Amino acid sequence: MSHRILVVDDEPNIVISLEFLLKKEGYVVAVAGDGEAALQQAGQFLPDLVLLDVMMPKKSGFEVCETLRANPALAGVKIVMLTARGRETEVTKGLALGADAYITKPFSTKELVARIKALLG
Amino acid sequence: MKAKLRFIIAACVLGLLMTGPFAVTALLLYADSKDAERAAFAQFLLPRLPLGGLITTFGFIAGLMLLRGLFQQYVQGLLRMAETLRLMLGANRNFRVTPDGPPEVRELARAANDLAQQRDELLTDVDAQIRQAKATVEEEKNRLAALMSELALGVVVCNLDGRILLYNSRARLQFKALAQGPTSTSGGALIGLGRSIFSILERGQITHSLENIQQRLRKGSAAPTANFITATRGGALLRCQMAPVLRTGADSAAVGVAQGANMDNPPGPLSGKGGDEVRQAGPAQEERTTALPGDELEVTGYVLTIENITRNFEREAERDQALQALTDGNRAALGNIRAAVETLIDTPDMEADYRERFTRVIADEAAAMSQRLDATMSRFADSLKTRWPLEDVLAIDILAAAARRIEDRLKLPIKHEEQDASLWMRVDSFSLIQAITFLAARLQDHYAIRELRLRLSAEGKMVFLDLIWSGTPVSSETLYTWELEPMTVGAETSPLTLRDVIDRHGGEIWYQRDKAAHRAFFRMVVPAAVTPDLAASDQVQHLHSDSRPEYYDFDLFAARDAAGSGIDLDRKLSELTYSVFDTETTGLEPSSGDEIIQMGAVRVVNNRLLRQEVFDQLVDPGIPLKPAGIPIHGITEAMVHGQPKLDVVLPAFHEFCAETVLVAHNAAFDMRFFQLKEDSLGVRFTQPVLDTLLLSAVIHPNQESHRLETIAERLGINVIGRHTALGDAFVTGEVFLKMVPLLADMGIVTLRQALDAAQKTYFARITY
Repeated sequence: MSHRILVVDDEPNIVISLEFLLKKEGYVVAVAGDGEAALQQAGQFLPDLVLLDVMMPKKSGFEVCETLRANPALAGVKIVMLTARGRETEVTKGLALGADAYITKPFSTKELVARIKALLG
Repeated sequence: MKAKLRFIIAACVLGLLMTGPFAVTALLLYADSKDAERAAFAQFLLPRLPLGGLITTFGFIAGLMLLRGLFQQYVQGLLRMAETLRLMLGANRNFRVTPDGPPEVRELARAANDLAQQRDELLTDVDAQIRQAKATVEEEKNRLAALMSELALGVVVCNLDGRILLYNSRARLQFKALAQGPTSTSGGALIGLGRSIFSILERGQITHSLENIQQRLRKGSAAPTANFITATRGGALLRCQMAPVLRTGADSAAVGVAQGANMDNPPGPLSGKGGDEVRQAGPAQEERTTALPGDELEVTGYVLTIENITRNFEREAERDQALQALTDGNRAALGNIRAAVETLIDTPDMEADYRERFTRVIADEAAAMSQRLDATMSRFADSLKTRWPLEDVLAIDILAAAARRIEDRLKLPIKHEEQDASLWMRVDSFSLIQAITFLAARLQDHYAIRELRLRLSAEGKMVFLDLIWSGTPVSSETLYTWELEPMTVGAETSPLTLRDVIDRHGGEIWYQRDKAAHRAFFRMVVPAAVTPDLAASDQVQHLHSDSRPEYYDFDLFAARDAAGSGIDLDRKLSELTYSVFDTETTGLEPSSGDEIIQMGAVRVVNNRLLRQEVFDQLVDPGIPLKPAGIPIHGITEAMVHGQPKLDVVLPAFHEFCAETVLVAHNAAFDMRFFQLKEDSLGVRFTQPVLDTLLLSAVIHPNQESHRLETIAERLGINVIGRHTALGDAFVTGEVFLKMVPLLADMGIVTLRQALDAAQKTYFARITY
């Protein structure tokens, strides 16, 4: 059974690449445009991994990450955070809040896929 | 008296000596002989007794005369001499004893005179030395003051109470710049001799730094300074460095005494809790650990160097912002592009529809990135380019300096075309002038131009410097080669090239032809500076003050607060700080609607009129001016129009006068105006007020006129610039300073005495 990945980003220009890429790798992909939509989707879609952008309207990636981690139904879900800011403090915060990986834009698609594969084992 | 008594006793002794032996001999003979012999003896002696008595009396008188003569010459002569010697000792140094009387006394007088002579020579010598030393000290003090006033860094020296003993003009400007609103006059004046630094800087921070320094001193630190950054009320950032002023001369006894004295005084407001502990620990420790060098040093005050870093800070912040906009701002876009590109590469057989969508993502993001880059560059251009130590300079000054240099070095006539005198540039003036001179030299050498015209204009944030010549055109290529050569003018060579200089300024240069006018020009573009208005006005002010400003008063080192902020009525008049003020008004009747239109004040500290520390402000009265008053005060409607109203000015004035005694001529008049506003403006002047009109009546009760001009004339004061509020305040201040010693002669020394005396005078009954 193929893994399910939820892509959460408000920028369609990155979503298009991520969606295409992950589908090509054989994952089942769903997309959410902001934090609130992401939380709603997560409950129904029950992803194995969430690809989560930090800077988003309504709810930031950090808040989404925290909420997801607080939900026991989604205990096993992996979270990979994407950020456009390369500050170390932010990386530390993301990992502290329960993210499994932290990737800074711009990133290599190959690396991203490799990380996702590794996480989903 | 005593001498006279001694004389009488001596006379008695003389008398006894002359009669005694004879009488005793007679008695002995009489007692020894028999009756017959006695009768014969008496018979023989008695008739001859009157003769003997007479001779004895004569003898006695002669002896008495001799005694008196000796007494007068030796005893009283010496007494007289002692008196004159006392005179020489005290009142009249030049007095000399006249040698008189017997030779021994005369000799003594001469010896005393010689001694006096020797003493006088010594005294004169010492006086001369003292005078010389004083002159040296004074000279050094002046040199220090001159140095301080030219320093580009703000310097303030305070004593332990936080009273300002010295400040330089830069410090004054810095604090003036911090003042807000239309009454910046008062804000600038808040720095002043004898004023508290705590009105500007936070007390806690100063106390803390001082404690740090004292701690470091105790540990024997070689450079015990403390740094802190503080934000002022206006939001400006100041970087301050504090260095202690130590008691000079490592005389431990003196330090001990000084510390004892400190213990007697109530702790100064500065010392606070921590300070007390430190101080109380001092003497106790001293007994045990006298060897530690820290104990020997006593801090008597501190030097603050103050730098306003608001602008630097803002510039830094802007730079950071720019950097962030350029990095983080582009990360997302670059991420999008990269993901799309990699997907495209990895998927050669992508459907046309998808391929087009990916391509559009790349195009859109790339366009957005370019746009962001442009926006960032235009927004932060200034802060990104000015890494060199550039300064804000009036563009026209640079051109004038360059023109002088060209005419001087190259003998090339310079003409000035239209030049916008209001333009400021951020430049390194030396290298820019060098560049202009270099171009002129090249033009002269290679194209034999006969004159050069300089033009100055601006467009947006750019300043254009044009070097114009007529005739021979130059090619752009020529300029390119010149740009890359080291700049040489005559024997002077610079390691920099023209291009270096242009780059250093973030500028550009190009060649342009004006064919219609048969002229060509090089145009240099340099970024404009934000017009530093403040600096301009201060320069003007600096030029106009002819005497060296009195920014320092080290005598205040000794002064300590008597009882915090309140004014002690029993302090001497000569020791108090005053705000001498005057107002101009629309008319003479405050109670029927006349209003204040100008306020001027000057501070008097330590018996000196501080002409730099003034309050000078026009006031919009909110009512029309009376035509009758205009010729008197010279203030017109146009002058008060747009000025702040009294509701702003009076509180500012109140702040200016805080903790000082008010002085005014006919103060009752001005105070009445203030009183009428007390309730509506919530400003109450509670400090004591001295009136020079009343004091004049105290000093010269028999004079008819106590008008300010008349008093000034009487006391020998030149009256200049009267009938402006500040001008009158100056005159009043000088009058007051002359009055203080005259009052002291009358026994009026303290503030309380002066107030009482003034109240009793006839004029005190006048009320407005």
